[in-house]
Amino acid sequence: MTATATQAPSTEPVGPVEQVKGPRQRRTLRSRWLGVWSALVYIWLFAPIVVVVAFSFNDPAGKFNTSWNQFTLDNWLHPFAKADYTAALVVSLKVAAVSCVIATILGGLMALAISRYEFRGKGLVNIVLVLPLTTPEIVMGSSLFTLFFARDLDFGFTTVVIAHILFCLSFVALTIQARVRGFDWSLEDAALDLGSTPWRTFRTVTFPLILPGIGAAFLLSFALSIDDYIITSFVAGDHTTTFPMRIFNANKTEIPPQVNVIATAILVFTGSLMALGTWRSLKRAKL
Amino acid sequence: MTIADAAEPAVSTGRKPVIEIDDVSKVFGDFTAVDHADFTIAEGEFFSMLGPSGCGKTTTLRMIAGFEMPSSGAIRLQGQDVSNVPPHKRDVNTVFQQYALFPHMNVWDNVAYGPRAKKLPKDEVAKRVDELLGVVKLSDFAKRRPSQLSGGQQQRIALARALVNYPKALLLDEPLGALDLKLRQSMQLELKRIQREVGITFIFVTHDQEEALTMSDRIAVMNKGRVEQIGSPREIYDHPATVFVAGFIGQANLWPAVVKANQGTTTTIEVAGRAIEVADDRSGLRPGDHGTFMVRPERMYVEPQLSDPDRWTVDAVVTELVFQGPVVRYELRLPDGSGAVAHVPARRDGLPIPGDTVQASWSDESSVLLPGSPDQAPTVETGPPITAPPVTRD
Repeated sequence: MTATATQAPSTEPVGPVEQVKGPRQRRTLRSRWLGVWSALVYIWLFAPIVVVVAFSFNDPAGKFNTSWNQFTLDNWLHPFAKADYTAALVVSLKVAAVSCVIATILGGLMALAISRYEFRGKGLVNIVLVLPLTTPEIVMGSSLFTLFFARDLDFGFTTVVIAHILFCLSFVALTIQARVRGFDWSLEDAALDLGSTPWRTFRTVTFPLILPGIGAAFLLSFALSIDDYIITSFVAGDHTTTFPMRIFNANKTEIPPQVNVIATAILVFTGSLMALGTWRSLKRAKL
Repeated sequence: MTIADAAEPAVSTGRKPVIEIDDVSKVFGDFTAVDHADFTIAEGEFFSMLGPSGCGKTTTLRMIAGFEMPSSGAIRLQGQDVSNVPPHKRDVNTVFQQYALFPHMNVWDNVAYGPRAKKLPKDEVAKRVDELLGVVKLSDFAKRRPSQLSGGQQQRIALARALVNYPKALLLDEPLGALDLKLRQSMQLELKRIQREVGITFIFVTHDQEEALTMSDRIAVMNKGRVEQIGSPREIYDHPATVFVAGFIGQANLWPAVVKANQGTTTTIEVAGRAIEVADDRSGLRPGDHGTFMVRPERMYVEPQLSDPDRWTVDAVVTELVFQGPVVRYELRLPDGSGAVAHVPARRDGLPIPGDTVQASWSDESSVLLPGSPDQAPTVETGPPITAPPVTRD
């Protein structure tokens, strides 16, 4: 920037054409810098992901897939070669499926109630809804542990699901609420007016129209659930191991390349879902 | 009430009442949205509720539709009390202000929504939808999405969708408000045509007095939750019951008046320092009462010399003359300092010019005496009335 600042006055004594050129030059220089800066940001953001993807094609020399040895497709041909990792992945998917379905239903209903109706304590509900987002995971995990322990619950699948519902609920409710904010409630009036029962109105008008929001909320909570380690490790007990827990517990003894393969697969899967969503909304916008 | 009585003929001509609003009030917190509304709407009638925003017309409509429950009173649909019946169980349908078309359905499915909700057989649904799309002349657009249609087309789809259930009454909530002037005017005629074609009672809410005058069989003028007057467009225009109605519908010269004497239906009043007789007086004012005297601008004559001795006349000075094409708009000042406006046909010669002293006159049937003072006239929205401006004497 200083370079441009010192350059600009030097062009001043020259003809009017040059004067016009001055700011333009500055602009191109500035935009070039902006380009470099943006590229750096993107490298910063995506470097770890690139490493993860690249190392899924690595044939590690030892038990740790941490230094490049040689290219192989072997890991991709046998992604489920490590049975305990596969089992952990299945647990994670089950937990995510159950807890996200429940969280999406409950959170969706909350979002609808908050957006649609005026009721006493609405402000309080809104605050309580944001609270889990701001609570440190370590605090939530340990307090859930205390709660379940005091209730004498069996630690395992159920407690993990309960915990995951808890932290997904806020995300779901807030995501759907944002989607519902612009909803034209007179559409519901119109449906009722035409003789449709409240339930049929919800099924044929409200639900289809907020479905994209519900879908987004479900995917978001699914990602959160698959990803969570801290809270899960507090409430999982001794016999339930999720995928993140398995990786974390193993990182002192072994990191097989299958971890990278599965991570990459998840990445590609969610990435293509996002691309699909964007493509569809673009197509709709064009109509 | 004399006003209500005047409104009865439409019902007593043999047409059965479809909707009875029986002393209905609606209170939100400490705000009274509708204050003891009481009227009947007859079968096949084009009935308008007219008033400024916040006058209670939309709330009344929503109570008829079932979206609001009356705080007191009853709403009857063909004799049956429906005050607490939810909207999906009432045989009335609504055309919403912003149309409220279902954006995720095409035109055909939008129109078919009602009959499908009523679980009619498939061929009956198809028959009705095709018929109604024909009525609104949009059969070729059946497969389009609402977002692909123009405002006027969306409007007609909303109309078809609301008529497809053959409701006992169609409720229209400012349906033309979102359209531009030209389209609005053609839709007014279109609405009349469709109403004649289907023969269903239309209840039309609007704040546009011209729209109401053009389309309605009868109009209920509302203000601050109260029904000020119900009558045919002609009655309401020629014989407004209140200063508000006089000022809201069309333009009006409104002067403060004092009643001097009653003699049968003829009342002698003092206006602008002159004694004037009002024939066919319905104001109910007694000698000594203060009221408002009204003459419509287009009923005024402006001449250098009075040509017809049967007319009432006051001296006036022309302060302004505006040529508006078919008419010339005169602004006048009366001897007591109050102002007046007259619209007279534009002739080619002999028009008084500013500064001229003229005779401003009107005939018996153009004069109306109203209870209340001129400042009860509405001050905003369409067609601001020409109340006597306190012109300072120079």
